[in-house]
Amino acid sequence: MSPNLTLAIIAGALVACGVYLITERSLSRILMGVMVAGNGVNVLFLVASGRAGGPPLIGVTPKDQMSDPLPQAMVLTAIVIALATAAFLVTMAYRSFQLNGHDEVQDDVEDARIRALAEADEASDSFEEIRFSDTGADVVSE
Amino acid sequence: MSNLLPLPVLLPMLGAALTLLLGRRPRLQRAVSILTLVAVCAVAGSLIWITDTSGVQALWVGAWAPLGIVLVADRLSALMLTVASLVTLTVLIYATGQDEEEVRRETPVSIFHPTFLLLSAGVSDAFLAGDLFNLFVGFEILLFASYVLLTMGGTGERISAGSIYVVINLVSSLLFLTALAVIYAATGTVNMAQLGLRMADLPRDVTLPIQLLLLVVFAIKAAVFPLSFWLPDSYPTAPAPVTAVFAGLLTKVGVYAILRTQTAIFPDSPLTDLLGWAALATMLIGILGAIAQSEIKRLLSFTLVSHIGYMIFGIALATQASLGGTIFYTAHHITVQASLFLVAGLVERVGGSTSLDRLGGLATTVPLLGVLFFIPAMNLAGIPPLSGFIGKLGLLMSGVEVGTPLAWALVAGSVLTSLLTLYAVAKVWSRAFWGTPVLGPHTPDDVREGQAGRLPGIMVGGTAALVGLSLVLTFAAGPLYGYVDRAATSLLGGSYLEAVLSGVAR
Repeated sequence: MSPNLTLAIIAGALVACGVYLITERSLSRILMGVMVAGNGVNVLFLVASGRAGGPPLIGVTPKDQMSDPLPQAMVLTAIVIALATAAFLVTMAYRSFQLNGHDEVQDDVEDARIRALAEADEASDSFEEIRFSDTGADVVSE
Repeated sequence: MSNLLPLPVLLPMLGAALTLLLGRRPRLQRAVSILTLVAVCAVAGSLIWITDTSGVQALWVGAWAPLGIVLVADRLSALMLTVASLVTLTVLIYATGQDEEEVRRETPVSIFHPTFLLLSAGVSDAFLAGDLFNLFVGFEILLFASYVLLTMGGTGERISAGSIYVVINLVSSLLFLTALAVIYAATGTVNMAQLGLRMADLPRDVTLPIQLLLLVVFAIKAAVFPLSFWLPDSYPTAPAPVTAVFAGLLTKVGVYAILRTQTAIFPDSPLTDLLGWAALATMLIGILGAIAQSEIKRLLSFTLVSHIGYMIFGIALATQASLGGTIFYTAHHITVQASLFLVAGLVERVGGSTSLDRLGGLATTVPLLGVLFFIPAMNLAGIPPLSGFIGKLGLLMSGVEVGTPLAWALVAGSVLTSLLTLYAVAKVWSRAFWGTPVLGPHTPDDVREGQAGRLPGIMVGGTAALVGLSLVLTFAAGPLYGYVDRAATSLLGGSYLEAVLSGVAR
């Protein structure tokens, strides 16, 4: 099998654009990125299916000129899944917009806290210093 | 008997359709979903017996051999299926208890049951899939159900946690799809048994990228370091039953997929070093993260990451003993981690919070809760004679048997992780369960009338059933360990391949 160079280049370009968009912060751009990269991968399946050919129906196309139907079935499944993905992400972006006025993926709260603590050069909340007093009760200072 | 194989996938799907129709009649809806899962448990249990007595079962759905979908159950998938469906059932019982008490106010109950059943169908499909594309579809079913469950109610916190989870999983699905395209281009099939035959003929520089791509995909799902960062950010915000079933099952589906692809498709190249170091880093970094937490659910999420390392440890060594240890440990860890998250949900109900700073004295106010936490916590840390100890012992012994420097490093790392796990759960115990009782959301009057320590019976029943299941794993450890040993032998022995491809053009 000799791969189709044009399709391979198209797949590469689509995936590259998609990856660039996925690294953005806004959910709607991530959605675009996932769709574009997903289409790139779908094109990759066409490369994988080999030489283009006629419809794989017995009696319509001679056996050696048929195209391979399996990757097409897989791409079809992937497209259906991509549709559901798009619907869900749009809903989530809209809900995020309703709640926050934007649809950006937020900073990780824990990360932000640790960074703030590191800048202030302090110990974290969960750091506990335990001293044992004479009364037998242990004293936890926070 | 192989005609039983589609049932664990079909039954929950039918149940999901029915419960969706019954959205306005909550009682009937609950009855349908519980009955469905009981039936799935029965089927899965009988599959254990069938696979153990008459070998690997394979079913070409629609008889499209060797092109179509094949469902395969060997001892490993039957065991995973049974444990998974039992855990799903107990968590569902817990969730129905919670429905009656509170959830109706904050989440649309009518979609909880259909989504939960679809999650179960996806998990079953992933365990039974005999080809990689069907595995992908199984993953997508369970992921979509999990997206809905995680963001259920649509509060700001859940949406922001959910967006991390959804984006990470979309990227991993894209990588999976890419891997499938590459595999099909290289071999002309996605059937795992055929791949096992054909990969052997390909040059190493073709198979290595494929293997690494698949490992990255499954490592994201299983939360193996350094691909584990998303888990502690997204799990803790969901409702307790959802977190419990995610923690119990979803990461284990990833572990199962690694185990299956490593043994069925790439039996000759276990990538011992890479997986071994990943396992070591997962164990240590996960547990160090857990120690730093002061919130029970986050702490449990980090212990979850850490203990995934044990399973990868066994897969990395790829001997019969270590694979047996991994299978046993996976079954044990599904039950224990899920029950700990259910207990965290109960703690939140009683104490109004899961932050260790706002809890105290639970062992005096609610002694039963103390017992329910103590058993799985000790089990997680691996205190003898509980099943966690048996699983860890099996893995350690297999590591010593291999005896390479890396294996010794893994043995040392897992002992250290086990000790630090004990430290982490002991910290929860001493700060939340001992000390002076903190009233939480209750008034002193509630305490006097005994209201503060009141727990809904069904929720406690569900949790107790799950803790009981983990004890069953302990008491039945002898026969069970024999079973997982046979499972590991058949994983390495190629009986999977024989059963799938018997009478089929290769």
